[in-house]
Amino acid sequence: MAAKNLSVFDAIGPRMVGPSSSHTAGAARIALVGRKIVKGRIKEVQFFLHGSFSKTYKGHGTDRALLGGILGYSTEDPRIVDAYAKAKEEGISYSFIPTDLGDDYHPNTVKMLITNEAGVQVEVIGESIGGGSINIVQLNGLRVEFTGEFYTLIVKQRDVPGVAAHITQCIASEEINVAFMRIYREEKGNVAYTVIEADEEISASAVEKIKEKRDLIKDAFIVSLR
Amino acid sequence: MNFKNGSELEALCMETGKSMAQVCIEREVELSGRSEENIREEMKLNYVVMKNAVERAKNETLHSMGGLIGGEAQKLHARMQSGKTVCGTRISKAMAAAMGVMEVNASMGLIVAAPTAGSCGILPGAVLTTAEAYGWDEEQILDALFVAGAIGLIIMRNATVSGAEGGCQAETGSAAAMAAAGIVSVLGGSPRQALDAAAVALKNVMGLVCDPIAGLVESPCQKRNAIGVANALLSAEISLAGIPSIVPFDEVVDAAYRVGKKMPMELRETALGGLAATPTACSLCSRIYN
Repeated sequence: MAAKNLSVFDAIGPRMVGPSSSHTAGAARIALVGRKIVKGRIKEVQFFLHGSFSKTYKGHGTDRALLGGILGYSTEDPRIVDAYAKAKEEGISYSFIPTDLGDDYHPNTVKMLITNEAGVQVEVIGESIGGGSINIVQLNGLRVEFTGEFYTLIVKQRDVPGVAAHITQCIASEEINVAFMRIYREEKGNVAYTVIEADEEISASAVEKIKEKRDLIKDAFIVSLR
Repeated sequence: MNFKNGSELEALCMETGKSMAQVCIEREVELSGRSEENIREEMKLNYVVMKNAVERAKNETLHSMGGLIGGEAQKLHARMQSGKTVCGTRISKAMAAAMGVMEVNASMGLIVAAPTAGSCGILPGAVLTTAEAYGWDEEQILDALFVAGAIGLIIMRNATVSGAEGGCQAETGSAAAMAAAGIVSVLGGSPRQALDAAAVALKNVMGLVCDPIAGLVESPCQKRNAIGVANALLSAEISLAGIPSIVPFDEVVDAAYRVGKKMPMELRETALGGLAATPTACSLCSRIYN
């Protein structure tokens, strides 16, 4: 995990709808990242609840918090309580499926299958590791690792020479300082993801610059929680 | 300006002649790049949420998700009205506030995790009640919260505030330590005295297990927040009276962490041991989930 200096607001915060920082606030934040990864209007979401999430989700409002995150609500948004009704209003269908993802996953883990109105489906797996902090550990079947705490950019790219250089050049030209940068891929020559965590806000113009090289870049999007 | 533990924080205060709150704020300015004003404003948002939660529980009958708690703050206030409290008004008020904030939390209301949701009643209960008793202005209240935050982040850095990792001592013990230090500091105690108050509060509940009925943040969490608020006030009193902690704060934090690690997993938030495994808890559990 990306190390960071703890803030006083890590100890006093987040402001959140109760009752549990891990089962409610953390759940909302995982789903909020999921929403940011999906392009366009969300039509359907399936939540596969693992470990403690699968056993106690109703009593902790984990279900409402997850749905709230998909609706774009922050941990302190009181609309989380009415997330079921709001999702219906917005025409989002949802299901909660207790499951066992295996021993490799943290006890508070959710796998989300999110489908947009164009029928494109994204799979995101996130862990709620305590105090409202989260880790996203899997994206479309690929192992990744980021927290959403930094300004975070994900680039979906072709796994060919020159991509990393192009991305860093675009970021540097906007004077953005990279805290962490990692490349994840399944097999050589296929699709890869670059995850960049930066100290400064990653501007829309930097993202557009990255996307300009259409022969190298498939997509780029910001997923930070801040 | 940065500190990794209590002794470094104390040394910074002594070197610069600044208060613990000021050192904490200046560290935050340095690390985040935000202005002091902006950081104070953020803490004020937290304070307002805390205050509103205390008020809500006093005025509303709340219903928790699991149905195990609700209405306790109002009952305590009613008893206070009778003028016959066992604890005296100050402690009664503080515990009513702490238990009330836990009611708000358990009914999916808005709270501030401090340091966690399971311990969110202690800091507002102890600090806001003391603030009212001494007539603190807003700046003093925020100062107490910054000192509390400094203690909290030191515990997070060197140990844990998660019940799943360290048991209830890590949650309600840390919250009480944070509140005690905040109160001592604003009431004129030295940095050492504030750290000693935190040490005493943490020592007082060392080894306390996390055993929530049905895995929910309701019982025994709510009553342990009442105990936690008393722990904070008592520890502040002990320290302000000039009674030191024999073991220094940093060593207590380390000891608490080691104790937490030795706890079996049944007693760390899994709801498999302690009160959660009693016949009564098991029957409540099947009632809630079936």
